[in-house]
Amino acid sequence: MTAVTDRQKLAYANAQAADGRVNLEFETDEGMTLNMGPQHPATHGTLRIIVKLDGEQVISCEPVMGYMHRGYEKLTEVRTYPQVTTLINRIDWLGSFANEVPFILAAEKLMEIEAPPRAQWIRTILFEMSRIANISLFVGDMALHIGAMTAAFYAFRDREFVLNQIEGATGGRFHPNFDRIGGLKDDLPKGWLADTKAAMARIRDFCDEMETLVEGNEIFQARTRGIGVIPADIALQYGMSGANLRASGVDWDLRRDEPVGLAWNEVDWKVITHPDGDSFARFWVRLQEIREATSIIDQLCDGLPAGPIMAKVPRIIKVPEGEAWVATENPLGEMGYYVVSKGDLGPFRVKIRTASFNNVAVVPWVCRGVYVPDVVTILASLYFILGDIDR
Amino acid sequence: MSGMVLGLFENYWQVSILRSVGVLAAVLLPAGTFVYVFLFKMVSFMQSRLGPMEAGPFGSMQLLAEVGKFIQKEDIVPEQADRKLFKAAPYLVVGTVLLVYLAVPFGPDMWFANLEGGVFYILAVSSISSLGVLLAGWSSANKYALIGGLRAAGQLIAYELPMVLAVVGVVIQAGTMNLSGIVAAQANGEIFGFSGIGNPYFITQFVALGIFLIAVQAELGQTPFDMPIAESELVTGYITEYSGLRFLLFFIGEFASAGAFAAVAATLFMGGWAVPTAWADLDSNWFNLIGPLLMLTKMMLIGGLIFFVRFTFPRFREDQLQKLAWTVLIPIALVNILATTILKVAF
Repeated sequence: MTAVTDRQKLAYANAQAADGRVNLEFETDEGMTLNMGPQHPATHGTLRIIVKLDGEQVISCEPVMGYMHRGYEKLTEVRTYPQVTTLINRIDWLGSFANEVPFILAAEKLMEIEAPPRAQWIRTILFEMSRIANISLFVGDMALHIGAMTAAFYAFRDREFVLNQIEGATGGRFHPNFDRIGGLKDDLPKGWLADTKAAMARIRDFCDEMETLVEGNEIFQARTRGIGVIPADIALQYGMSGANLRASGVDWDLRRDEPVGLAWNEVDWKVITHPDGDSFARFWVRLQEIREATSIIDQLCDGLPAGPIMAKVPRIIKVPEGEAWVATENPLGEMGYYVVSKGDLGPFRVKIRTASFNNVAVVPWVCRGVYVPDVVTILASLYFILGDIDR
Repeated sequence: MSGMVLGLFENYWQVSILRSVGVLAAVLLPAGTFVYVFLFKMVSFMQSRLGPMEAGPFGSMQLLAEVGKFIQKEDIVPEQADRKLFKAAPYLVVGTVLLVYLAVPFGPDMWFANLEGGVFYILAVSSISSLGVLLAGWSSANKYALIGGLRAAGQLIAYELPMVLAVVGVVIQAGTMNLSGIVAAQANGEIFGFSGIGNPYFITQFVALGIFLIAVQAELGQTPFDMPIAESELVTGYITEYSGLRFLLFFIGEFASAGAFAAVAATLFMGGWAVPTAWADLDSNWFNLIGPLLMLTKMMLIGGLIFFVRFTFPRFREDQLQKLAWTVLIPIALVNILATTILKVAF
């Protein structure tokens, strides 16, 4: 008992010393150190950014992570496979359903079963819906960080249409926990497809509104164009993914490049890229992705195949020994699970690759020499979820 | 002008007390109205929500509830703060608003101080509030507050100039710096020989009005020029460390000075308390009653504009704000003065 306490004390002292070193390093050089976070309105969560300033100009900055670490990788080791989805729902809490899919796919890959087509199509619909739920909040959030409060309320208002549909299908607004190994928990309720198409029309209206209200605004453009430019090679070096990478002009989308069984290849859509790589490009790409997502959902609703929603799976799920890696194009970027199984009820080890961790790593590179207000714009446009960074 | 108000009070002390009470009412009444109508209701409808609905009919008692809440809160002074300056700063900000209202006439006899150089006086005292903001930012011993205070100071220097230059056009056209004189000039004036609507300067001095409103927006620190507060960057800028009553004072100061600048804009550009002389006899005692109401209506119009912009636009960056002031607004204001002078001499 005492040993554990001592070890905890030691770990605490170590953490404090590390913090102190970082602070000392920043304090001893010239300039003023500004500690943005862990509690700061711009980090929507508990990201700490130590910024060294010369007047209003940033000399250097360093993100400090780990204030919200919840130990999900370790926790999965003491859960059975069906229980894990409840946990991993909470990684990227704005697009929860998308978190479940790659893990379930990895488990299915190990068990060598495949969900029936109808289940795959519904998975894709819900996946794209969580993309809309996630990114529509980004649109409002970005506007809010630049000072336009009203757009944030519009985003919350119209996001509700998607959340209602997710709730209608799964029973949960934020954390559906709907995906099962071999299929889905339930079939869709009656009339859901028609409601979904109406909701998608509303989301397209929302996109139009945001294009005129936020994207077309001269002040917004002055604040974002040419700010926080990340060239394609730097983006690739830092391992960025998702819309951040596509905004740097890299045509890379796992939905198209690595089909994992879901129904994206069955419908007609295109990958959106922007050559500029600045904050505006990241905003623009995401807004267009909402539009693409609505069209994907519309097409999937039209062509939804009939049939069962659950494959034949054993009553007690035991995953055979082996290792599997499945990654999907989540709202925030590439999200992957590396599952190691020893043939037990639960996984032996799970490594979660989340997009935000790498996306935030580029902050020190991109924030050199910008002004304090631009730090906020860049952070908002890189768009991270704290749960996705710290897990 | 006589010291008689409404024909009821003649003694100097009666009139003085009335004016003292009046200036307090002039500060608090528009501030309260602005908070309720614009901050609680207009913005809520713009953002597709209802705003406060519980306290009183349509939430009209919400103001009292808010004030009660702030009074109950603990008044915290940070340990490292410069206590005296920290405590004095909010009073300086609110006091400035009182000083601005002092020179604004609300009727033929409804004035607090009838200054010959009224315009000059208003432009001078309105900058004192930025001193209070700078004090608050410096004495808080907080880096966010310091940056906010410095930004406010930079903003003041950049936007005082276009504001002064915009007002110069009005002063040239009216031929006086006395605000009552400017009101009279607008009521009696004529546009190219047509005197049916007087000469409210928002028609002939529309360029000056535009610049004045932009400068007011910056002077008040409202979005798109709210860098001193900038809640997504600097938490709340110079008021980060304030709580309780002192926070409330800053809050009142913000909205009361919005009211004060709306009153100044209404007086300079929209004819103030008066209507054109062609419509009514302005010397009538009734205008001591109607005047303040007319004034409040015009203030609400301008206040509505200020807050509509505030809740619509995103925020500029500090250097973009400076650039806008020095390279766009000041040259336009100078051209406007030149044009006004030429036209004044020609006609």
